[in-house]
Amino acid sequence: MACNCNETGDNKAIFAELDEFIAANNCTDESSLINVLHRAQHLFGYLPRNVQIHVAEKLNIPVAKVYGVVSFYSFFTDTPRGENIVQVCLGTGCFVKGADKVMESFEKELNIKAGETTENMEFTLSGVRCVGACALAPVVLINDKVFTHVDPSNVKQILEDYLIQKVV
Amino acid sequence: MLNVFINGKEFEAQENETILEVATRNGFHIPTLCHLDLHDMDYCNHPVSCRICMVEVDSGRGAELKPSCDTFVSAGMKIETDSMKAINARRTVMELILSNHPQDCLYCTRSTNCDLQTLANSMNIRDNHFEGKRSNLGKDATSKSIVKDLDKCILCRRCESICAEVQTVNVYSAIHRGFETVIAPAFNDSLQDTSCTFCGQCVSVCPTGALTEVSHVDRVWNKLNDPESIVIVQTAPAVRVALGEEFDGEPGTVSTGKMVSALKRMGFNYVFDTNWGADLTIMEEANEVVERLNGNGRLPILTSCCPGWIKFIEHQFPSLIDVPSTCKSPHEMQGAITKTYFANKLGIDPAKIYMVSVMPCVAKKFEAAREELSVDGLADVDAVITTRELGSMIKEAGINYLGLEDEDFDHPLGESTGAAAIFGATGGVLEAALRTAAGWLTNDSAPTLDYKDVRGLEGIKEATLKINDLELKVAAASGLGNTRTLLEKIESGENEYDVIEIMACPGGCIAGGGQPYNHGNREIIKARMESIYEIDVDKEIRESHKNPDIVKIYDEYLSKPGSEVAHKLLHTHYIKRDLIDKDC
Repeated sequence: MACNCNETGDNKAIFAELDEFIAANNCTDESSLINVLHRAQHLFGYLPRNVQIHVAEKLNIPVAKVYGVVSFYSFFTDTPRGENIVQVCLGTGCFVKGADKVMESFEKELNIKAGETTENMEFTLSGVRCVGACALAPVVLINDKVFTHVDPSNVKQILEDYLIQKVV
Repeated sequence: MLNVFINGKEFEAQENETILEVATRNGFHIPTLCHLDLHDMDYCNHPVSCRICMVEVDSGRGAELKPSCDTFVSAGMKIETDSMKAINARRTVMELILSNHPQDCLYCTRSTNCDLQTLANSMNIRDNHFEGKRSNLGKDATSKSIVKDLDKCILCRRCESICAEVQTVNVYSAIHRGFETVIAPAFNDSLQDTSCTFCGQCVSVCPTGALTEVSHVDRVWNKLNDPESIVIVQTAPAVRVALGEEFDGEPGTVSTGKMVSALKRMGFNYVFDTNWGADLTIMEEANEVVERLNGNGRLPILTSCCPGWIKFIEHQFPSLIDVPSTCKSPHEMQGAITKTYFANKLGIDPAKIYMVSVMPCVAKKFEAAREELSVDGLADVDAVITTRELGSMIKEAGINYLGLEDEDFDHPLGESTGAAAIFGATGGVLEAALRTAAGWLTNDSAPTLDYKDVRGLEGIKEATLKINDLELKVAAASGLGNTRTLLEKIESGENEYDVIEIMACPGGCIAGGGQPYNHGNREIIKARMESIYEIDVDKEIRESHKNPDIVKIYDEYLSKPGSEVAHKLLHTHYIKRDLIDKDC
């Protein structure tokens, strides 16, 4: 996919919004880094190289340090994410109820591995630790919608239904 | 003030001292690995990451294990540095480190000179109880100067600290997490694609074989055994005061004659002295100083001998790219003259000359590969070996270095002055340039030879001098953090100096990234510095413009400093570089 993170066109407006956030919250140094990265990922969907360099310049810290933080926390991602985020709970409760099989099924249906995004940018698949709904295990989240007692054989149906429901 | 007990004996200590500090001061040895404190460089690597310095501590709540580098003393504290519990804890830590370390010591560049190996040996590690997973991260061998072998990294972060705190270049950071953690540039870029200056200070402090120089040993041996090639070597000022250490000589021993002798035995056709090139550099640079003082060009003028600093300004201060002198560095000048003037004199085809520089530096390897440092398509210098690499080659050749008879450099590019000798220490190039500039401006009527204000290992030194009616403010900075301080002043217009010398490595070339490992002992650097100034004093001629071979080359070939031919052979230009490649 072509790089679309230059500070031009639509992105220029997003960069301006990020700068506004930085100014409004008086973010001037290292102590604001994680806060600013959260906002940047919210605005851009992910943290591409250019955005990380921009944040480093704004906060006057080395880019290596910014990348160190981005690569450390699993919440941050430097690759583009799909329109819909599928999160399969791999916490202990879900795991003993067969979450690994559920994950396998999603991997097969979407033809990607956990952590990857489909080529058409429709879905990103990721594993998360406990979402706090162990009684309903295994649990899957697609964006804000929660699916409970998920059976690996229902995964195809879940994905299809989700897309239809979204259009409606 | 409070009292503590170490191994049953009572000692006085300050409240803000660590166990390690108090124990070390009182003669107890606690092994350390990640911890490295170099006071005079304002460098303290203190990540508390390796846990090798564990000791047993009782502060009144029963004995517990604590890392001594990060535990502050308290009144009545009982410390056992060598109880069985402490020893076993340290052994466990070492075995865990070794469980994810390549076991190829036999083939490693750092073998017998490796902090990790030495420590494992002194801790009697003869077996490993942990069969843990091994990382397989590979090497970054993209740069011309430094090889990173990530599997040998023990995450002590000494490189990251020296690059960030002392040099302010900030190339490295710990990236990823857990078992995948590596110390690497932003976005895991190759070193070649970063703003790394290749100063090699990270190599100097690395306790293992994770950071080493790009070796030119094989290519030099191959050329030495090629009957078609004329292989010429030159040696930098700082090499002769350090090479002896590779053969267990006392730090600071001057072994110039033995070094020349060894190089001749190795088969070099001519052994020249970069000090001659240093004298030539002073002619061109002092001329540029006088020219700029006369209003032709920008002030201040900054020296340009150090390739680490040149790459630093190219990345970090591109707007100031016209402040360094345009002079090539001494070994590049020497190479250019060897392949023109000398080749001509002997009637040799310059394409057959293979020019090898022995340097205290790893940045010189990158410098030698710069395309602009060439004349008529021939690189000024073809290979650069560090002081360490030369030491290894002499050993490989089976030469008994310390038993060698002294020999002299070959002529005509081997004669040098005291001014050239001091290039090896911070402040030396400035002092040498002042000797000649003052000599010229006063028609040698009252030669000043000693500019002691600019000597010593301090990071920034300054002096005000009077030459005729001219009041000159000069400064010398070593270490890139100190350099940044001066450059920021120039950028903001606050600068008050006319002439500034810059060296990337703290202390100058004597402490270069290609010198014998000093394992954090800065006394070794001082000993090398003292020897440099002894060489200077012992020289009959101590001003570059009085070197008879230098006078001769201007008469015969270069005409005068700054002439057209001098510009073609001896001057260069610099390239504005980005701090980081912004493209995805």
